[in-house]
Amino acid sequence: MTAAPSFFENPSPPGLTGIKSWLLTHDHKRLGLMYMWAILFWFVLAMFLGLLLRTELMSQGRTIMSAEAYNSMFTLHGVIMVFLFVIPGIPAIFGNFFLPIQLGTDDVFFPRLNLFSWYLFMLGGLFAVVSLFLGEGFPDTGWTFYVPFSVGTESNVSLTVTAAFILGMSSMLTGLNFVTTFHRMRHPDMGLMQIPLFTWSLYATAWVQILATPVISITFVLIMLERFLGIGLFEPDKGGDPLLYQHLFWMYSHPAVYIMILPGMGVISEVIPVFSRKSIFGYKAIVWSSMAIAIAGSLVWAHHMYTSGMSDVSVFVFSLLTFLVAIPSAVKVFSWVSTMYKGAIAMSPPLLLSLCFIYLFSVGGLTGLVLGAAGTNIHVHDTHFVVGHFHFVMFGGTGFAFFAALHFWWPKMFGVMYRFRPAYIGAVLTAVGFVFHYVPMLILGLQGMPRRYYDYLPQYETGNFLAGFGGYLLIAGMVIMFVNLFVSLRNPRMAPADPWGGTTLEWTIPSPPPMENFVETPVIPDFPYDFRKFMAGGKGGGKGR
Amino acid sequence: MNPVHGVDLAFWYILGISVVLLFGITAVMVAFVIRYRRSRHPVPEDIRDNFPLEIVWTVIPTLIALSMFYIGWKAYLGLREVPQGALQVEVTAQMFSWLFTYDNGKEVENELVVPLGAAVKLNVSSVDVLHSLYIPAFRVKIDAVRGMTTYAWFQADELGEYDIQCTEYCGTGHSAMTAKVKIVPEKEYLAWLAEEE
Repeated sequence: MTAAPSFFENPSPPGLTGIKSWLLTHDHKRLGLMYMWAILFWFVLAMFLGLLLRTELMSQGRTIMSAEAYNSMFTLHGVIMVFLFVIPGIPAIFGNFFLPIQLGTDDVFFPRLNLFSWYLFMLGGLFAVVSLFLGEGFPDTGWTFYVPFSVGTESNVSLTVTAAFILGMSSMLTGLNFVTTFHRMRHPDMGLMQIPLFTWSLYATAWVQILATPVISITFVLIMLERFLGIGLFEPDKGGDPLLYQHLFWMYSHPAVYIMILPGMGVISEVIPVFSRKSIFGYKAIVWSSMAIAIAGSLVWAHHMYTSGMSDVSVFVFSLLTFLVAIPSAVKVFSWVSTMYKGAIAMSPPLLLSLCFIYLFSVGGLTGLVLGAAGTNIHVHDTHFVVGHFHFVMFGGTGFAFFAALHFWWPKMFGVMYRFRPAYIGAVLTAVGFVFHYVPMLILGLQGMPRRYYDYLPQYETGNFLAGFGGYLLIAGMVIMFVNLFVSLRNPRMAPADPWGGTTLEWTIPSPPPMENFVETPVIPDFPYDFRKFMAGGKGGGKGR
Repeated sequence: MNPVHGVDLAFWYILGISVVLLFGITAVMVAFVIRYRRSRHPVPEDIRDNFPLEIVWTVIPTLIALSMFYIGWKAYLGLREVPQGALQVEVTAQMFSWLFTYDNGKEVENELVVPLGAAVKLNVSSVDVLHSLYIPAFRVKIDAVRGMTTYAWFQADELGEYDIQCTEYCGTGHSAMTAKVKIVPEKEYLAWLAEEE
């Protein structure tokens, strides 16, 4: 391999030094890292907010905060987690960093726009912070901003929806960059069926980002018009309809769930083959299921509204469509498990986290069936069952995929290897804490405890206490995991170009990658998951642990 | 049939199948990790797909999903089809209490009294923001929306007192917006209804 200075030493555009070489960079890799630090900051903040919320709920009555503080805090937790962590998380960090590399090219199609969308992301975050301290404080509406409550409340709704509006712009521009890069910048030798699945999943996600985000942006503008001018679109006294808001909101926010999960699925599709040394099972089925999820996922939004008062016909249609969208996800799970059949599986932190993903995501998906069915939905809608369900999907799913991606690509991004033992301990503790944290919520929901409750009836105390206890375990696990990763930067142990024996293009270049990714023109493999090199003699590579 | 049974049947059906599927997936996954660990199975095989298998695991889950949809829909219909001659009660939600108004004009706050065995139809509306009427014991929930009337119905087979909670977030008093439904014998109900407030 040709020795070339890494992107850390070689700024783009050339000549920039120090902080400027980061703040004005056009390099997709530097931008990926800049997103990483910002997103991790938000994640850690919102994680501790979540812990405070669950601590409040550990005993009946007031425990550590007032109802007003609780309501603002769960809104803040939701807004940060959704708009500043889960949606941008994997695409903005790992997508920016690895999509161009996996496509065999040197950058995204619009590098300056890429920088601009990072600034939009930071500006959106800044607005969210400012809205904490200005006026009547952070909104107490929940991240859904349902009308009429969000129109009437005195809290700082306008500033916060502005923040979400700006974050939406950032998300759309990232999506636009990915779609154009995918089509226009891909290595000329790379056919559609030679593209790695992580990049495919980002491509499917990018379309949803581009097509669905404008709907929420417009909806947020309508909230502002409603608050400032009282135009009455959602106001029954003026001939408006509050349900219209819910339709508009979920028309984006349900597809957004797939914006959140698809890239995570892409990560798992990369990790499992590498540590099994075996081709992904059903490559084409996974590609098609990603696209099917992106399309069908856009047509199920009103399953959030069975109890809203909409017609029974709508309930019928949306329930049916909801069950159909479950199928492509099931196909993916079966494909991942089958990939391991007759593989040569080496345990490693990214694989362990991916296995946790499969289990936790399956629980999330299966509890989703209870919510998709009309009759059972009525009982558990807006209860803790829903809270448990979507945390299994968003955190057990996307969150664990995010952790897996961090551990999988960390050596590539920074050129250093972390220690395995603390990573295992952290991962196991996180997963065990997770189950103790969220399973009680599923049970509480079945027993009838509503969500967004500051206080509750006495029969729900045990469950809430247990959930809080699990929360502490969960956070302890994540702290160990993150500290271990950061420690690896301080006392670096150099990582080789290909520590795991991967087959996609990012493993053919040095760690960390040089500025334009490829020193020599890459050779595009006929199939991105061809592990036959390990079949001759069975020794192959030998670098994996 | 009391709609509660239909809903519970759907719960058992969906949760039962889900537990089996979850256990199956997890068991196979763990078995593969142990059985094909690199120290024991160092040479991988090159298997990329298996078309018949993929068709099977697409079609069977589709059928299972459709059956779940159907059972869920049947249960839902049970919650929506109100028997003829049901007792009607107007429910008005407001920040942060429930108002129940009976045919004879009697108005009660946070207490719904109904006779044993009677089908009760609740006509729900709101005077301010969204609320949602939830009676876990009868598996019913319906949003209270200003400017429109929604409904839910239930039929109690046993005497007793059950919780009513608000499940659509409505502000500071949201979790305190609870009420009780009291199931009393017919006679007692009539006497109560005739009582002056």
